[in-house]
Amino acid sequence: MIDRLWQNRGVAVVAAGLMAAGCGGSEGGGSDTSGGGAAEPAASPVDAATVGHASGMVTFAGTAPAMAEIDMSTEATCAAKHSMTPTDETVVVGDGGGLANVFVYVKEGLESLDFPTPSDAVLLDQDGCMYIPHVIGVQAGQDFMLRNSDGLLHNINASPTANRGFNVSQPVSMEASRSFPTAEIMVPVRCDVHGWMSSYIGVVDHPYFAVTGPDGSVSLEGLPPGNYVVEAWHEVYGTVTQSITVATGATAELSLEFTSGMSAAHVPLGEPLDLMHPQGQRVVDHQ
Amino acid sequence: MRGAPQLHGAARLGVRSLALALVALAPMASPVEAQIDGEAVYVKWCAGCHGEDGTGNGPAANTMLPRPRDFTRALYQVRTTASGQLPTDADILKVIDLGMPGTAMPGWEDVLTQEERLALVDYLKTFSRFFEGEPPTQLDFGSATRGTEEAIARGREVFETVECWRCHGQQGRGDGESAPTLNDDTGFPIFPADLSANWTFNGGGSVEEIYRVMLTGLDGTPMPTQSDIVDAGVITNEDLWALAHYVRSLSPEQQPEVREVVSAGRITGGAVPETVSDEAWQDVESIYVPLVGQVVVKPRWFNPRVRGVWVQALHDGQELALLVSWTDPSMSPDPTWMDFAQQIIETMAPGDEGAATAPGAPDQLVVQFPATLSDGMERPFFLQGDARRPTNTWTWRADAPGAVESIARGLGTAVPQPDGEQHVTTVVQHAEGEWKVLFRRSLDTGGPEDLVLPVGQAVPVAFQAWDGDNGESGNQGAVSTWYFLFLEQPTPISVYVAPPIALVLTLLFGALVIRQAQWEASGARRDVTRRRRGFRLTKAVARACGMAVGVAWLGMAFGAYQSASAGRDAGHSDLGFWWTVIGALLAIAGLSAMIGTWIHTRTNDRRRQHD
Repeated sequence: MIDRLWQNRGVAVVAAGLMAAGCGGSEGGGSDTSGGGAAEPAASPVDAATVGHASGMVTFAGTAPAMAEIDMSTEATCAAKHSMTPTDETVVVGDGGGLANVFVYVKEGLESLDFPTPSDAVLLDQDGCMYIPHVIGVQAGQDFMLRNSDGLLHNINASPTANRGFNVSQPVSMEASRSFPTAEIMVPVRCDVHGWMSSYIGVVDHPYFAVTGPDGSVSLEGLPPGNYVVEAWHEVYGTVTQSITVATGATAELSLEFTSGMSAAHVPLGEPLDLMHPQGQRVVDHQ
Repeated sequence: MRGAPQLHGAARLGVRSLALALVALAPMASPVEAQIDGEAVYVKWCAGCHGEDGTGNGPAANTMLPRPRDFTRALYQVRTTASGQLPTDADILKVIDLGMPGTAMPGWEDVLTQEERLALVDYLKTFSRFFEGEPPTQLDFGSATRGTEEAIARGREVFETVECWRCHGQQGRGDGESAPTLNDDTGFPIFPADLSANWTFNGGGSVEEIYRVMLTGLDGTPMPTQSDIVDAGVITNEDLWALAHYVRSLSPEQQPEVREVVSAGRITGGAVPETVSDEAWQDVESIYVPLVGQVVVKPRWFNPRVRGVWVQALHDGQELALLVSWTDPSMSPDPTWMDFAQQIIETMAPGDEGAATAPGAPDQLVVQFPATLSDGMERPFFLQGDARRPTNTWTWRADAPGAVESIARGLGTAVPQPDGEQHVTTVVQHAEGEWKVLFRRSLDTGGPEDLVLPVGQAVPVAFQAWDGDNGESGNQGAVSTWYFLFLEQPTPISVYVAPPIALVLTLLFGALVIRQAQWEASGARRDVTRRRRGFRLTKAVARACGMAVGVAWLGMAFGAYQSASAGRDAGHSDLGFWWTVIGALLAIAGLSAMIGTWIHTRTNDRRRQHD
């Protein structure tokens, strides 16, 4: 499947190159989803009067592994910010069986639409030597703010594959802004100074994404009516998908379940969603 | 997984087609560039480590840390571009040319032609489509500020502000709190640069290169960019230069030369130092002995942590004091490094026969001598000898007091000498990521198996080091080849007296010769009688004088040659050289004086006959 896509891509790019010869450029390649491509902020292609919603729960079945306590004894400033001993946030299951920190987004069904890039920045805070939130989502091209609220050295080391990464030093309380131009599920982020600090950034080229809260609840608002495939991504249990139909004024129910048996599942990291983007493709996909 | 090669081929085909299409379309493209096949160069020279598919998984990769670069990720440490950006062609070429110090990556400048290396740069870029986009923008690095003492002092403050010490440690030896937890982007353990050894820095050890790395970061490693801090006004650009000066100041001004001889100066009127911090050490030259992984005997070790040791020596005619210092962030086994060591052990060629499977080994240092000295240059096998030529080893371990004297007949065969025959004592200090181990032993212990350390004669010596928290133990450690230890003799008084005497004599003789020549020239055929009478007398004197001067100079030349050979034996090759030069000059002068005297007196005889 991927094989064929690649072959197609090769042909498509060459063809595009030949066609674009007169213009003297190999830019583009027919991408309709490039985040940074719009010269002026485009209006949303969605008619607000026709939209519906999707809402529901991401749940976890089975016994959740106990999360290890984080030893912050070497970092008194951070330790003091926690009333209880902080624990690893890899698998956080709420009282009702809801699974927190799951990135939920529309995977298929929006290909024909081109969304403007939001101008507001998403915050990724470092507070008490933890990333808050543990998982964030941004739209391709949208800024996210890296904030250090601890006043001691953190580095924010992002390792995408479809985008270019960064590794920023923040030795004091300060902010820095970055963005990813290409959709990518997911970009791992770590702090090398504090080995326990990790976070993930989901990058999609539309605004229909969310991260589950502590109770596992999630909702995607304002979807144009239509059929969609929604995917939920978790850093340990991989992905599950659900097909939904959204009708005007109605709310489709989201019900995505991870099970403890999925702990060996493949967890996509850094796989580009947009195979037609002029940048960010890996020639070799080695997993 | 099985489809991967196919995929790769297809993708490559796509890239090639694209390249062809672009070449065909771009009128600016030079047709000459296509002449060298970058792929062929890559497959021949690079694929063994980096893999034919460019992923860094070549056949040799699993013995290496850090692992070979994965070109498909287009992540390059050494760049002149911002954090996360692609490198320029010149950046890639520089690493190909010079290699990466401290890794398995050698420089190729002298192996491949310029055209081949340029073709390689182009070929490497085909592994990632990132290079199909806009070419990267090179940052403007400005020019260095002056490295004044104030700048270095300010740099230390910036070191605190930026909290470099969290990984690099207070004195920059890689012993920061976070050091044991560091991984590179591919999940392999990685350690912070030892800032006291700038010749091992990735990206270069000059102030300019240090500044550049701080501004660009080392992509794929935990080393972040500091540019956001400058942009946010936390520190100024000048501060960053000051930091670069400070970091540079942590290393020696000159990269240590590899020298063959460690000279142990003779202490007079006192005993050898008994502590590692004794003031006496400050005046003793430190010789750098580089170490490499032990890759001869299985299980081999390609990832040595100790890259070299600094050696100082003194003796007092009775006892030798040998001070060995080296960078090692931890006192192994250190529980905080246990996971790191475990990762290293799992990472490094786990199939290698007899390799350690669990961490917890202590740091170790071995000082090795031949068990017996031979007259010639023959030395035992450098890895602790063999059955025919054993070695006498002094083994220090971080988890045991003192040092154990042994006789070894090959790696791992050391047999400790009996308790009553242990004569080496140690004093040990570990501070700020550095071990200092002071070995002391009598020159002649009287022990039957102990080498008597002779004064005034070069004794072969070699060093081996293990960093337990780097997963090293057994045969898996760092080793040196043979060096020499030379216990200096007390300086004879003649060393100070002989040169002035020789100088005065030379001047006197010279004056005599000149005087003689002058007399000869003014010798006036005016008064033959007087000349004849004078001549007979003068001729005898002249001949005697000339010959005596010649003989004296030859004698002095002989003395100079002796000094030269003594100097060479003492390891002072410069002394040897200059005494040889002086000896040659004196010999020429002596021979000239004698030949000249002979010619002159003979000519005069003939002239007299004509008269």
